[in-house]
Amino acid sequence: MRFDRVVKAYQPGQQAVDDVSLAVEPGRFVVLLGPSGCGKTTLLKTVNRLVEPTSGSISIDGVDVSATEPVVLRRGIGYVIQQVGLFPHMTVAQNVAVVPSLNGWPLQRQEARVHEMLELVHLPAHEFGARFPRELSGGQQQRVGLARALAADPNILLMDEPFGALDAIERTRLQGELIALQRQLRKTVLFVTHDVDEALRMADAIVVMRTGRVVQYGTPLEIIARPADAFVSELTGAHDLVRLLGLMRVANVPLAHDGEGPDPGAAIGLQADLRAALSAMLAAGTARLAVRADDGAAAGTLTFETMIQAARAATGKAPP
Amino acid sequence: MSYLFRHLDVVARLSGEHVRLVGVSLMIALAIAVPVAVAITRRPWLARPVFGVFSLVYTIPSLALFALLIPVFGLGFWTAVAGLAAYAQMVLVRNTVAALRGIEPAVLEAAHGMGMSDRQIFWRVQRPLAMPVFIAGVRVATVSLIGIAAIAAWINAGGLGTLVLDGIEHDYPQKALAGALAAVLLAVVADQGLRMLERRLAR
Repeated sequence: MRFDRVVKAYQPGQQAVDDVSLAVEPGRFVVLLGPSGCGKTTLLKTVNRLVEPTSGSISIDGVDVSATEPVVLRRGIGYVIQQVGLFPHMTVAQNVAVVPSLNGWPLQRQEARVHEMLELVHLPAHEFGARFPRELSGGQQQRVGLARALAADPNILLMDEPFGALDAIERTRLQGELIALQRQLRKTVLFVTHDVDEALRMADAIVVMRTGRVVQYGTPLEIIARPADAFVSELTGAHDLVRLLGLMRVANVPLAHDGEGPDPGAAIGLQADLRAALSAMLAAGTARLAVRADDGAAAGTLTFETMIQAARAATGKAPP
Repeated sequence: MSYLFRHLDVVARLSGEHVRLVGVSLMIALAIAVPVAVAITRRPWLARPVFGVFSLVYTIPSLALFALLIPVFGLGFWTAVAGLAAYAQMVLVRNTVAALRGIEPAVLEAAHGMGMSDRQIFWRVQRPLAMPVFIAGVRVATVSLIGIAAIAAWINAGGLGTLVLDGIEHDYPQKALAGALAAVLLAVVADQGLRMLERRLAR
């Protein structure tokens, strides 16, 4: 997916989106992050032509989206919004079947697909298929929204603050499920949020936007470790180094192999992040942790010093 | 009451005329009101002029409205139908617009985002969701048309108003009462029937 010098001005001189160019690799989970009114939702909607750009172009697999009828284009792109927008007069199963039915799939195939999709979002069809949206909790409704968006197996998924209306527990749970789902499905996802923690948790890459412009485009670690300017730094809380540790893995830090026995009982996995490592050190009252590989074998020792050095190196600061 | 029971056949025939008068007027009124209401929801600037005209019509006393239409349609059935249909516009358009506007915007955005055409959105989403409020409008319009249609007897359109008029003219209160009671009965039946439909649709 590629944006080429996209401009959207609702009124002359007032650009909601101002000259945005960026490329999104297939299968990547890209988060559009910024304060409200920064143009992230507008930019998202140019992809499925709910918003037509004033100038510039958007292309998918090299084909300009304006070359495809909006109705046809949209059936090939999953769309999830904050207010969910389930059809209240249709059952859960009918909601999920909307795009397959628009595409004229035979009923049997629709039914099988509905089953599969509801299974995927942990709402078994035999229990939830015949219910109406109003009988579901907010989190369950958004799961249906996700199932509906995925039903016709689109390559691209557009998500506009999908978890913004959920309570913290439900939000965290759905974030986790979406991460797991994405590992399995490898869709190209554009995900709009103003929640920095959500962005850092979900994203392969983050596009930070401000007043219609892209301020920075990079991995969560790049954004936190090397914010492009004071705005990005403040928005993402880049000064909070614990946040930075949360984005770094034990596996990416040089481990000590000096054979000196670390304090017993304090160990951490190779795939854990450094924030968890710091937490484990504080809990055990030690500056050394045994590191275990995925199979449980000893992989070395993580020390507080190497952790500090790794964090400083990430931010581009010289070791002390 | 004696007239009513001695002349049930006459009352029944005139009730039939009354129902036909209201039914035809309502059909024509709906054929105008629904497209107008849809147009208003798509182009909001239409609301002011359209409602302006219809509320003006609505303020004209019904007898005067029929009188105004006589030069155009002459005396009889179709004049009454034109008057009744014009009268019903205000209620029908207002309720239909309210019904369509009452649909959650997120639902419509999702419908667009899923790739439904405007036509599919209308038939698959807007129509079913607007139905309960729409039917409420039809109910109010029907009940008031049954009442106003009684006045149409003045312009030779037939219906139960004929009994009322004759009764007054010949100083025969029983006859007038029979017409009035039959009209009330019609209104109550229509009201209850449409209420039931409304409740069924709202579930």
